[in-house]
Amino acid sequence: MEFPFGYGLHLENYSASSGHYPQVPHEAVPSQLDNQYVADYHSACYSIPVQSVMTPSVGPSMLNTQQLYSGAPHPVESAGGLTQGAISSASYLHTSVPQSYSALSSHYSSSTSSSVASQGFSLSSGHYAMPTISSALYPNLSYPSMSVGSPYGQVFTSQSLPAVGQFKETNTFPNQSSAVPRTLQQQITLGYNSTSWSTSDFQSAQDNFSRNNTGSLAKASSQINTVGILDSLHPVSQNVQFTNPGVETSVVSSAVTSSIRTPVGDHLTEPASVPSSTQPSESLLQEAIDSSSTTSSASPVINNYDALEGGGYPETNSATSSPAPTPQTSRMPKPFGYGYPTLQPGYQNATPSTSAMQPSNPGHHSGFQQYPQYPGVNQLSSTLGGLSLQHSQQPESLRPVNLTQERNILPVSPVLAPVPNLNSDLRKLNCSPDSFRCTLTNIPQTQALLNKAKLPLGLLLHPFRDLTQLPVITSSTIVRCRSCRTYINPFVSFIDQRRWKCNLCYRVNDVPEEFMYNPLTRSYGEPHKRPEVQNSTVEFIASSDYMLRPPQPAVYLFVLDVSHNAVEAGYLTIVCQSLLENLDKLPGDSRTRIGFITFDSTVHFYNLQEGLSQPQMLIVSDIDDVFLPTPDSLLVNLHESKELIKDLLSALPNMFINTRETHSALGPALQAAFKLMSPTGGRISVFQSQLPSLGAGLLHSREDPNQRSSTKVVQHLGPATDFYKKLALDCSGQQTAVDLFLLSSQYADLASLACMSKYSAGCIYYYPSFHHSHNPAQAEKLQKDLKRYLTRKIGFEAVMRIRCTKGLSIHTFHGNFFVRSTDLLSLANINPDAGFAVQMSIEESLTDTSLVCFQTALLYTSSKGERRIRVHTLCLPVVTSLSDVYAGADVQAAVCLLANMAVDRSVSSSLSDARDALVNAVVDSLSAYISTASNLQQSTLIAPNSLRLFPLYVLALLKQKAFRTGTSTRLDDRIYAMCQIKSQPLVHLMKMIHPNLYRIDRLTNEGAIHVNDRVVPQPPLQKLSAEKLTREGAFLMDCGSIFYIWIGKSCDNSFIKDVLGYPNYASVPQKLTQLPELDTLSSERARSFITWLRDSRPLNPVLQVIRDESPAKTDFFQHLVEDRTEAAFSYYEFLLHIQQQICK
Amino acid sequence: MAFTFAAFCYMLSLVLCAALIFFAVWHIIAFDELRTDFKSPIDHCNPVHARERLRNIERICFLLRKLVLPEYSIHSLFCIMFLCAQEWLTLGLNVPLVFYHFWRYFHCPADSSELAYDPPAVMNADTLSYCQKEAWCKLAFYLLSFFYYLYCMIYTLVSS
Repeated sequence: MEFPFGYGLHLENYSASSGHYPQVPHEAVPSQLDNQYVADYHSACYSIPVQSVMTPSVGPSMLNTQQLYSGAPHPVESAGGLTQGAISSASYLHTSVPQSYSALSSHYSSSTSSSVASQGFSLSSGHYAMPTISSALYPNLSYPSMSVGSPYGQVFTSQSLPAVGQFKETNTFPNQSSAVPRTLQQQITLGYNSTSWSTSDFQSAQDNFSRNNTGSLAKASSQINTVGILDSLHPVSQNVQFTNPGVETSVVSSAVTSSIRTPVGDHLTEPASVPSSTQPSESLLQEAIDSSSTTSSASPVINNYDALEGGGYPETNSATSSPAPTPQTSRMPKPFGYGYPTLQPGYQNATPSTSAMQPSNPGHHSGFQQYPQYPGVNQLSSTLGGLSLQHSQQPESLRPVNLTQERNILPVSPVLAPVPNLNSDLRKLNCSPDSFRCTLTNIPQTQALLNKAKLPLGLLLHPFRDLTQLPVITSSTIVRCRSCRTYINPFVSFIDQRRWKCNLCYRVNDVPEEFMYNPLTRSYGEPHKRPEVQNSTVEFIASSDYMLRPPQPAVYLFVLDVSHNAVEAGYLTIVCQSLLENLDKLPGDSRTRIGFITFDSTVHFYNLQEGLSQPQMLIVSDIDDVFLPTPDSLLVNLHESKELIKDLLSALPNMFINTRETHSALGPALQAAFKLMSPTGGRISVFQSQLPSLGAGLLHSREDPNQRSSTKVVQHLGPATDFYKKLALDCSGQQTAVDLFLLSSQYADLASLACMSKYSAGCIYYYPSFHHSHNPAQAEKLQKDLKRYLTRKIGFEAVMRIRCTKGLSIHTFHGNFFVRSTDLLSLANINPDAGFAVQMSIEESLTDTSLVCFQTALLYTSSKGERRIRVHTLCLPVVTSLSDVYAGADVQAAVCLLANMAVDRSVSSSLSDARDALVNAVVDSLSAYISTASNLQQSTLIAPNSLRLFPLYVLALLKQKAFRTGTSTRLDDRIYAMCQIKSQPLVHLMKMIHPNLYRIDRLTNEGAIHVNDRVVPQPPLQKLSAEKLTREGAFLMDCGSIFYIWIGKSCDNSFIKDVLGYPNYASVPQKLTQLPELDTLSSERARSFITWLRDSRPLNPVLQVIRDESPAKTDFFQHLVEDRTEAAFSYYEFLLHIQQQICK
Repeated sequence: MAFTFAAFCYMLSLVLCAALIFFAVWHIIAFDELRTDFKSPIDHCNPVHARERLRNIERICFLLRKLVLPEYSIHSLFCIMFLCAQEWLTLGLNVPLVFYHFWRYFHCPADSSELAYDPPAVMNADTLSYCQKEAWCKLAFYLLSFFYYLYCMIYTLVSS
C-alpha cells in the first residue's frame, strides 16, 4: 500500500540523499518525522480498519499496545501503525529516509493508491488471469495493495487457528488457485505490509492476533530462523499468559539466558489446560514423548550428545528423565523476534529489552514497545557501523550463539533467506531471493574487510525460474545505459524528468521520448512509474536489433541407446510412453521439429518424412566416419509428421527386444547428432545405459570397487578423454545443448560423459541401477522427471550476462555453460531448473556508494520463436564494519557457494583438499568472528546468529555423497552429486545437503494452512539425528528429489492401517512407493502434506516407504547428518573439532 | 679472448631467449584477445558471432597448448647448458623458473593431459588474469635475462 505513492519521489530522494549519507545528524532525527508520516498515512487510509481491529482485540494486548505507544504522537495509530511505523523508522537505512518521508508525507495521505494497475500488463502476459482476485491487483506491478492481501486474508479467516509457520503460508499462497503464481514470492515479500493490512480489514479478534503473527513473521522469518520458531511458540505464550503469567515469565527468561531451563512439566500441563492450545504445545507434548521414548528404547544409531558427552547437559539430562531439551526448540528463540514486524526483526537488541518487557506483555507486542525508543539509535549505529556491537543493542542476526551449548540449533520451520537491510521502498522493489541471492546481504566496503570476515562473496542465481507472473514489456526501445549497457531498473535514479543515472557505472543517460509515456497509467511524463522501474524482475521482448538471424525453431533430437543392456533395463518403454503422452505439450510453435537416433554398435536413423506410410529405419554401420544418410528428412516437423512419429514411438520399444548387441557406440551417435543439429541448434537428449565401448569417445572402466570407501585419495574425478568436452564445445557453438540421461547399473564413467552436458549448458540425470521392474522407484522417478523435462519451459540460443556495480568484479562461474567472454555465459539451452553460482571480489573499495546492484540479463529465444530478455536486479547495502558483514551473512547461500567451490577444488586438486577447505571455511569465519567480538570468551565456540547453522550445513556437506570419504560411495554417484551441486538452484541444493525431517504419524490440524480448500498440516522440522526417531513414530524425510518415509518398529497400528493401508507393521511391503488414498483423517492429512511438499518444487520427488529393518534403511540413515558414522564426526564432535582448530 | 663453451652457451641462449620473448609477447596478445570481446550486445546475441568467437577461443587455446612444450623445453635446455658450462650464477637465476615450469606441467589435474589452457577453464576471469600476469612476468624475466646473457657473452669472450 505504501507503494504507489511517490515512488519517483523516493527515487529522486534517494539519489539526492546518497550524498548525505555519511552525515549522521540527519539520520538521528528521524523518528519523529516517521511517526508523523505513519500517523498521516494511517489516518488517511486506514483509520477504519485499524479501529475494527482494535475493538475486538484481546484485552491484555490492547492494554499493552497502548502503553507501548504512549510516547508516540498519535495514539490512533497504535495497533495499525505498529507495522507501518516500524517500516519507516526502524528501517535503519543507509540513505536518509526521514527526509524522503517527510517530503513525501503529503503524497502519502493524498495518494489514491493501489489499483492503478490493470491495463498495461494484462495485455502483455497471459498469465495474469487470477480468478479469485479482482483485476485491480496485478501484484507484480509492485502495487501489492489491498487486493494482494485479500487472498491472504481469506487464508487466514478460513483458518481455524493462528498461523504457525508463516513461511509455509507464503509458500502455498501460489497454490491457492492455480492462477495465483507460485513464484509470487517476490511480490509476497514486497507486499507483506499490505498483507497484514488487508487482513486487518476483514478480521475480528482472533485474526488480529493472527495478523500480528503473520505480518511480523512474514518479515521476520525471512530474516532469521529463530523467528520462525518463535511463531509457533507464539500461541502458546499467548494462552499461557492469560492463565498463568508466572510461567510466561519463566519462558521468557529462559529464552534470554539459554542456560536456565524450566522443567517441562509446567509447559505440558499449561497448554493442555487450554483446549485451543495450538500445535506448538502439541508438539511439545509429542516431542517430550519422543525423546522420552528414545531414551527408554534406544534406537540403533544414537550418537547424540548425551551418549557422547555423558554430562554434557547436566541440567537437562539429570533433572527429568528426558524431555527438557526438546521443548527448548520452541523456547530457545527469543519471542521478541516480533520486534520490528515489518522490517528489522533482525536488528533488535536481545537482552536488555527482553528483560524490560518481560513482566508486562506477551511476546509479540514487545517489539512494538521497543521500537519507538530506538530507531534513531538504530540508524546511528548502522551509520557508525562498528559501534553496534559495543552498543547495548545488537541485531538479532548478530546475537552470539554458543554452538556447543545450543542443543537445538535447527529452527522449527524452514530457514528463509535474510532480507537485505535496505529501506522499505527499495526492499519491496528488490529481486526475490529465489531468483537472486547473495552470500552477504551486506556487502563489505573493501576487499580487506571481506578478507577479514573470511566469508565467501558470491551470487546464487536461478534466472529462468518458472514465474507465472512476470511483467513482460514490449517496447521498441529498450532503455539501457549507454556505457555499460545496463538495463534500466528500479534502482537507477532520475536526476530530472529527462535524465537518469545508471546505478552500475554512474553515467548520466537521457530518457528517451518513448519512455516518458507510461502505458500503465496512460500518462505522460512519469518515467519512474514505468514497469521497468517498478519491478526488479522484468522480461523484455527484444526488437529485431537483437537478432541477426531469424529466431531458431524448437528442435528436439532424441538419441537412444538400444543395446542389449538398455533393452534389458526396459527404459525404452517408459521414454516412448512419456513422449507419446507429452508430444503435444512439447514447448514449441508450428515450426517445432523432432528427430530420433538409436544406436548400439551401429547408428540408426529414422526417416520420418511426411508422406511415408511408415517410419523408415536407416542403419549406418561405418561408425568411424558417421554420415547422415538423408540429411533433410531426419529432423521433421512435429505437426506434419505426427502420425509417423507416433507410429515410431509405439514400435520402438519392441523393435530391439531380441537384440544381442552389447556394444555401445555413443561417440559416433553423438557426432551424428551434432551434424544433424548444427544447422539449427536445439536440444539433444541422450539416453545411455552403459560405458561407451566402440568408436570415438570409447571409455574404459576406471573405478576400483575396493577404493569406494577409501579415506585417502579419490581418483578419476576428472574426464578420461577430451572427446566429450570438445563435442560439447562444438555443440555450444552451434547452439545445441546435450542433456544426458544415464541409466546405468554399472560404472559408466559419468565423469567423462557429464562433460557433454556441462559445457553445452545441458542437464544431467542419473538413475543408478535402473530397472523397470526390479527397481520401481527409479522407474517412477524417470517417468516423472521425463514428464517435467519434456513439458517444462525452454529457452534456446541464450546468453547470460551478469553486471555489477563498478568496483566489484565477477571472477568465477559455476554451473553448466560455456564462458564466452569474461562476463558472458553462453547457454545453448536454458531451462527453469538450472541454477548458477558466481564468485566475486571487490576490486576497488566502494567508498562513494551506499548501495551496490547486480543485474543478470538473460537473452533467449522462447519456444515460440520470440527473442526475449529476462532481467533481474538485486540491490544490496554496503557496510563498513565487520559486525554488519556478519549480520548480513546468508548462511545457505554461503554453503551452496562453498559447495560449488569445493567441487572445483576436488577436481582440480583432490577431494581431501576440498574437504579441508570446507572445514577451514567454518574455522576461519568463526575464529574471525570471535576475534572481532572481544568481549566473548575465547574458549567457547560462539557464532553470530546469522551463521549459527554454518557448521551444521558444512558437516552435512562433508557427509554428502559428493564429498564423503570412508563410506562406500560409487564413483558415479559421487560425480553425479557433484554435477548436481554445480547445476542445481539453491532451493534444491539445500534440500540435497540438509534434508528436512518431519514426524508424520501424528499430524494435527493445529497451525495447518489452507491450500485449495485442502488443509495442510505443518509439522515442525526435526533435526537430522537418530535421537529424534522413535520406534513408535513414522517420519518423513524430504531430500528434494526423493521422500523417505521411515516407519518405526512399534509404530502405531492405527497409523499403518489408516495411512499405509496395511493391517500391521509386519505386512508393510519392502517396496512401497505411494500412499493409498484412504478415507481416513490421518491419511488425508499425510497425503495433503506430501502433496503440498511435492507441489512446491518442479521435480516430482519419488516416495519410498522404509521399514525399520529393511535394507533400504541405510539410504535413510545416511542423511542423518548429526549422527556419528564410522568415518565421520557427529555434529557435536565436529563442533569440538572446530573449536580445537580455532584455539590452535 | 677465447671462444669457450660458456661463450657458446650464452650465444645460443641469446638467440633462444629472443624466441622466448616472442612467445611471451604472443601469450600476452592471446590472453588479451581471450579477454576482450565486442562490447556490442547485439553481436553477442548473434549465433554466428557465437560460433566465431568459440572457434577463436578454441584456436587460441590450441595454439597456447602447442607452445607450452617448446617454451618449457627451451628453458630447460638453458639450464642444462649452463650446468654443463658450470655457470652457477646463471643457473641459479634460472632454476626457480624451471621448477615453476615443472610444477605447472605436472600439476595438471588427474586423468587428462590436456587440461592446461582448456577452453572452458581458461575463460574464467580468475584463470585468465593469472595467466596474463604470468605472461607479463615471464616477458620481464626473459627480457632481463636477454641482456644478462648478452653481457655475460661479451664478458666471457673478453675475459678469457
